[in-house]
Amino acid sequence: MRDLPYNQVLVVGGGLAGLRAAIEAADRGVDVAVLSLVPPVRSHSGAAQGGVNGALANAEDGRDDTPERHAFDTVKGSDYLGDQDAIQIMADEAPARIIEMEHWGCPFSRTKDGKIAQRPFGGGGFPRTCYAADKTGHYMLHTLYEQAVKRRVKVYMEWASAYFVVDGRRVGGVVAFHLPTGQFEAFQADAVIMATGGYGRIYARSTNAIINTGYGMAMAYLAGAPLEDMEFVQFHPTTLLGNNILMTEGARGEGGLLFNAKGERFMERYAPTAKDLAPRDMVARAIQTEINEGRGFPGGYVNLDLRRLGKQKIMERLPGIRDICISFSGVDPITDPIPIQPGQHYSMGGIGTDVWGQSELPGLFAAGECACVSVHGANRLGGNSLLDTVLFGKRAGERAAQVVKGKPAPRNEKAAQAALERVRKAYAGLIAGTGKEDPNQIRDEMRESMFELVGIFRTQDKLVQAVRKLGELSERYRRVRACYDGKKFNWDLVRTFELGGQLLVAEVIAKGALARQESRGSHYRVDFPNRDDQSWLKHTLAHYSSQGPVLKYKPVTVAKWQPEARKY
Amino acid sequence: MLVIKSLGPDERSKGVEKSYLMANKKAVFNVFRFDPDKEKEPHYDTFSVEVKVKMSVLEALFEILEKQDNTLAFRFSCRGAICGSCAMFISGKYRLACETLVEKLDPRGIEVAPLPHLRILKDLAVDMEPFYRKFDRIMPFFQEGKQKVEREYIQAIRERKEIDEITDCILCAACESACPLTWTSDYLGPAVLTKAYRFVADSREGATKERLSLVDGEDGVWRCHTIFNCVEACPKRINQTRAIEKLRKGLFARKLGFK
Ligand SMILES: Cc1cc2nc3c(=O)[nH]c(=O)nc-3n(C[C@H](O)[C@H](O)[C@H](O)COP(=O)(O)OP(=O)(O)OC[C@H]3O[C@@H](n4cnc5c(N)ncnc54)[C@H](O)[C@@H]3O)c2cc1C
Repeated sequence: MRDLPYNQVLVVGGGLAGLRAAIEAADRGVDVAVLSLVPPVRSHSGAAQGGVNGALANAEDGRDDTPERHAFDTVKGSDYLGDQDAIQIMADEAPARIIEMEHWGCPFSRTKDGKIAQRPFGGGGFPRTCYAADKTGHYMLHTLYEQAVKRRVKVYMEWASAYFVVDGRRVGGVVAFHLPTGQFEAFQADAVIMATGGYGRIYARSTNAIINTGYGMAMAYLAGAPLEDMEFVQFHPTTLLGNNILMTEGARGEGGLLFNAKGERFMERYAPTAKDLAPRDMVARAIQTEINEGRGFPGGYVNLDLRRLGKQKIMERLPGIRDICISFSGVDPITDPIPIQPGQHYSMGGIGTDVWGQSELPGLFAAGECACVSVHGANRLGGNSLLDTVLFGKRAGERAAQVVKGKPAPRNEKAAQAALERVRKAYAGLIAGTGKEDPNQIRDEMRESMFELVGIFRTQDKLVQAVRKLGELSERYRRVRACYDGKKFNWDLVRTFELGGQLLVAEVIAKGALARQESRGSHYRVDFPNRDDQSWLKHTLAHYSSQGPVLKYKPVTVAKWQPEARKY
Repeated sequence: MLVIKSLGPDERSKGVEKSYLMANKKAVFNVFRFDPDKEKEPHYDTFSVEVKVKMSVLEALFEILEKQDNTLAFRFSCRGAICGSCAMFISGKYRLACETLVEKLDPRGIEVAPLPHLRILKDLAVDMEPFYRKFDRIMPFFQEGKQKVEREYIQAIRERKEIDEITDCILCAACESACPLTWTSDYLGPAVLTKAYRFVADSREGATKERLSLVDGEDGVWRCHTIFNCVEACPKRINQTRAIEKLRKGLFARKLGFK
């Protein structure tokens, strides 16, 4: 029998979290490879605009900033659901991770005295967000890719991972499908680090890349790793009307303002102190309220006005935003306000891990947006996610390297072959389908239902309806029409396969939201408008069962800061 | 070599096209199809797609994939003009499919073809591997200088400006495809040289000398004929030719003993 590919550590996903994990493992002398659906630089991380948080205290009006304050802002921003030990680690290690990126060549923008420039972001007490114009993710991603190349990290490109190789509960590799050739392969490893990003595309109106299906989370869930806090879905206040491309929070950080159709600065009413720079959940709800109550523009939007920044500042600080507005919408922010609406943006929840990226399954780690450490709790602050990717990516790489170096897990070829067979069968089943249902139609209905029923404003009725709808869609998914049987770039097959996993993840989100009878951060229940620390200061853990998710709960780690009312 | 046929004028006689679009609400797409393992030559398939407001060519390709022909091969990811997956040759120009609005093209015949001169894997997907591999020849990563610093390197705003444009590259390979010198030789090409210059121009970099040597030689900067095809093809408006020119100046200075 031919040898299956084997690496000590296999990282699934080539975004910031995956690359940082791989670099760390390589630096610790273990054989590591990255397996990714798209070439690493095509990952969604590249679309991040605004910046990355760290208390460097470089800005003139930010000299008093400290990791302590960063930690507090994050705890408060999370609506006290974030684990304070993990948040403290993140805030403490942030400056080192950012300086390291700079030493690897990341072209951050500069202050007058030549240091890394920082701008204010929502929910942050100081200008703490280090930026490179409005293309921070692009620059960071290319920088990390360069560093991975430098270390000769092997990259398996354009492979869609489908299932894990499992030996009991131990994860020992991944079975994947090669897009360019249609080949299946079992990649064996002593540790697997999932870094597959968010699930944005389960929702309509998402800022996420088309490839952000969330399938990686489904994979872990199916293998028995619980998904944590999945009901917390971030809606970004400002996405471009129509295609929902992100208009960074940095636009407001630089001084942009929101106006409704009556020309009012409505944020003054919702967050009297922080106004337009209140945290995302609050601004998104405010905008949606304005629209719902008839103070938006026809078509359902409000205006983000950058004109007051002037041409020079826009060209210098927000050139990417301007290009996007012109190309995609025909609006030049130098002369016109930008039509915006809230859209799905980020998944606070994910594969539950400890502060070293270790999941509940031996051999399985996770980092980045697909993981939940949890540092973002019920609402992530802008600029904390890029930080999360490189910081906990590094930690996952470090721990995985230690684990595989200590005692290499015995390789189990039989388990690998079995997993390979399972994937072959699943794909073959889709090609041999005899049903009539159109997978694209099912996907569209799932996305619309999630946005309408499990969106910014939630109620018992809507959530019950969502659960019913998702059940119906899963039922229909079983009767989907035959997929294309071609070998090369068979998107019909891969996307239909992934849809099955997406429906599972959607169900976890909806059921978690239905169960949580309170409002906290991004999870807003119109029928339970208050936060309820007595009953709900706890993390949701969704375990897979064939009857649907089994919800369990675990306590939040509270250290320095007792929960208080969250006012801005 | 494949000949790409151009169908219909692009961005001309706006009036006629607008009224066509208004009347029909549909656009005609002529999409390049080819599976080299199964077919002798490529052909074009014609699809009629209902056009929504601000619809992009990439969205139109998805309409085709999902509703009309589930065998179509193409690449995509961010749909926001930053990941570089979907560079194609659309109605006679190099463009990113995601940022090209259908309403800006002649709806009577929008031609969608893969990047010319790269090997076709299937339909609109080309073999990018040789392009990626080329970067290995220039040490494609930042090298810290000898002087170690604890905090960030100090870089003046003016120095940072030097690398502003060239760090925008999204590795989409449009320039590589447009440069005739890459078609017939082992020339490093505009994207790879721009990447090299990105490091040379960085005030923080410590390996300028070695890197300049790597771009010297006949397959390096000297092969550029300054015909600016790359500049015209670039969706990010990067001036690769200027970057190459600057590398040449650096080499000149060294050869003449200035540095
Ligand atoms: C438009 C936008 C702007 C943002 N701006 C900011 C910002 O300014 N600051 C901030 O802190 N955060 C920002 N965020 C959030 C942040 O960018 C993301 O959370 C973060 O980049 C995610 O990184 P990641 O490495 O976890 O995943 P990704 O970068 O999404 O990478 C996922 C990787 O997994 C691979 N993959 C996925 N599925 C599979 C599979 N089945 N098989 C194999 N490989 C697979 C993909 O190929 C990809 O390489 C922004 C997000 C968006 C959407």
